[in-house]
Amino acid sequence: MTEPIIQIRNVTKRFGKVAAVDNVSLDIMAGEFFVLLGPSGCGKTTLLRMIAGFEVPTEGQILIDGQDMSRVPPNKRPVNMVFQSYAVFPHMSVADNVAYGLKIAGVGRGEREDRVREALDLVKLGGFEDRMPDQMSGGQRQRVALARSLVMRPKVLLLDEPLSALDAKLRAQMQFELADLQDEVGITFVTVTHDQDEALSMASRIAVINKGEVAQLATPSDLYEYPANRFVADFVGSVNIFEGKLIIDEPDKAAVDCPGLGKVYLNHGVTGPHGADVWVALRPEKMYLHVQGKGKAVEAAAKDAPEGHNFARGQIKGMSYLGDITLFEIKLDSGAMIRVSRPNLSRHDQEDFTWDDKVSMHWRADSPVVLLG
Amino acid sequence: MALFTRTVRAPLEYSKSLWMRGWVTMVMLFLYIPLFVLMAFSFNDSKRNVVWRGFTTKYYGVAWENDQLWNAMMNSLTIAFFATIFSLVIGSMAAVMLWRFRFPLKSAVDGTMSLPIIVPEICLGVAFLVFFSTVGWPTGLGWPFNLGAIIIAHVTFCFPFVTMVVRARLATFNREQEEAAKDLGAGEWQAFRDVLIPHIKPALVSGALLAFTLSLDDFVITFFTSTPGTDTFPVLVYSLVKRGVTPDVNAASTILILFTVLLTAIALKLQGAKALASTHS
Repeated sequence: MTEPIIQIRNVTKRFGKVAAVDNVSLDIMAGEFFVLLGPSGCGKTTLLRMIAGFEVPTEGQILIDGQDMSRVPPNKRPVNMVFQSYAVFPHMSVADNVAYGLKIAGVGRGEREDRVREALDLVKLGGFEDRMPDQMSGGQRQRVALARSLVMRPKVLLLDEPLSALDAKLRAQMQFELADLQDEVGITFVTVTHDQDEALSMASRIAVINKGEVAQLATPSDLYEYPANRFVADFVGSVNIFEGKLIIDEPDKAAVDCPGLGKVYLNHGVTGPHGADVWVALRPEKMYLHVQGKGKAVEAAAKDAPEGHNFARGQIKGMSYLGDITLFEIKLDSGAMIRVSRPNLSRHDQEDFTWDDKVSMHWRADSPVVLLG
Repeated sequence: MALFTRTVRAPLEYSKSLWMRGWVTMVMLFLYIPLFVLMAFSFNDSKRNVVWRGFTTKYYGVAWENDQLWNAMMNSLTIAFFATIFSLVIGSMAAVMLWRFRFPLKSAVDGTMSLPIIVPEICLGVAFLVFFSTVGWPTGLGWPFNLGAIIIAHVTFCFPFVTMVVRARLATFNREQEEAAKDLGAGEWQAFRDVLIPHIKPALVSGALLAFTLSLDDFVITFFTSTPGTDTFPVLVYSLVKRGVTPDVNAASTILILFTVLLTAIALKLQGAKALASTHS
């Protein structure tokens, strides 16, 4: 990760009056596994297609390896793409599919065969050379598409929703394989996905796109733990968001008064305007549940937050057992709803709480995130 | 209570109903008996060919020796061949244009394209007669150039069928395949040749066969555009029939029917295999 291989400079793409991509600037570093994450229709695919050359920016500039791509057609760009439908050529054998780009480039027969074999081995499809695409599973066809692009030794490999057509098990496996593959070939990967798990597990950096704009650009853990705004907090993972007013804001502590949740204390400053409307985001897994009335929650909360106790009371209104965790829907005394998840550390943990139980919960002073927008 | 007992039948087992079987048989007979009569009477040992007088194959020999029939057959096949080639090129290009591009008056062009299918043949025939005499189309050229007018007329009503078939096939094309080809370095023409043409190949085959058979058996339009020496098989048969149907006409017709059936069977087989191979992606 030394220099940007792709520079997106103030790129806007309008279809009619609608801006699918709105003044986006991004640098993608060489060797990165970069993910464009966002809901469907947010413009992430349009951005990817502009890098590939299938769409032309209305405004702005895209540079690949320092060169302006404005007038370069897709077939002359040093990038290759794996399409959402894989777009494997149905009338060609696997080997012919993979060799297609090399043939066009005029690579000699001997070298072509070597490189095709090498690429197929890389995606673990050695021995499938003579198969026709309709004799293969979806996962295998995707590998063909991968090999077909990798054989060209592109500077950047673009992947459009690469795992969306696979079933859950295969998807999990391919997430690891793609990450390994990227490690092995050292090519920059740029992937588009709407699946946050996929993004978090594979990416070195993620750009969250919302309505054509970059909502946040960060590493997976920063994105999850330090979301920059409500959209990111809500889109990546699940979260409880409460509106409130900033009442204390000092370098080493802060407090927000939320009508829904009560006073929320933090062990760091947030540098927001005093008395401003802010939002507190609290992840379901960052809260601890207690049986009400034993003082344990207050005790635990007191240990974590010296300035004030981060705790709340409520009643369980819904629960769903998911095996590894149990998810609780709790109605707080204020009337607001909050979601709390609890890991099932031992076999009968899910029996500890049930519907209509009165519970207390506490959380640490570094768990809530204060969002200004 | 045996009042409501019926033979239990699965919803789609129509073939088990006697009534249905009888009906289907009747329809089949209605459609094909005339053809079988024609074929049967090609073996009739009678010059007048009205009453059955015994079996013979000699009229196939007579038809074989008939130069007039041969010439007409050669004319028909030549016209059909060239009409097919031109229809295929023009028709598929029109299909790709309508599928691929947006341009002013597109829907008007789209509508006009199928006009030759809708307009009554007799009108087209008269139109061509008037057209060719108005522009002073040269007559009396040597074979095969004397067939030019008929070929042009045939292309006019054949190519919309090719367009129709090819367009239907194009609708199933995954544009990402073309983009993938370009992404791998192919230019516009290479992507067209390597990805789009293979995809529409089954439609090209069936479109060609459609054009060929339409051209081969056209009578009305050909009748109006033919000049002395350019009689096609249907036109010749028409003029022969006026003097009474002889079994050699039956024989020649039988051969034409078998030829057409054979071509259709080949087309279905080709298209069936190809279509199956490419529906998966």
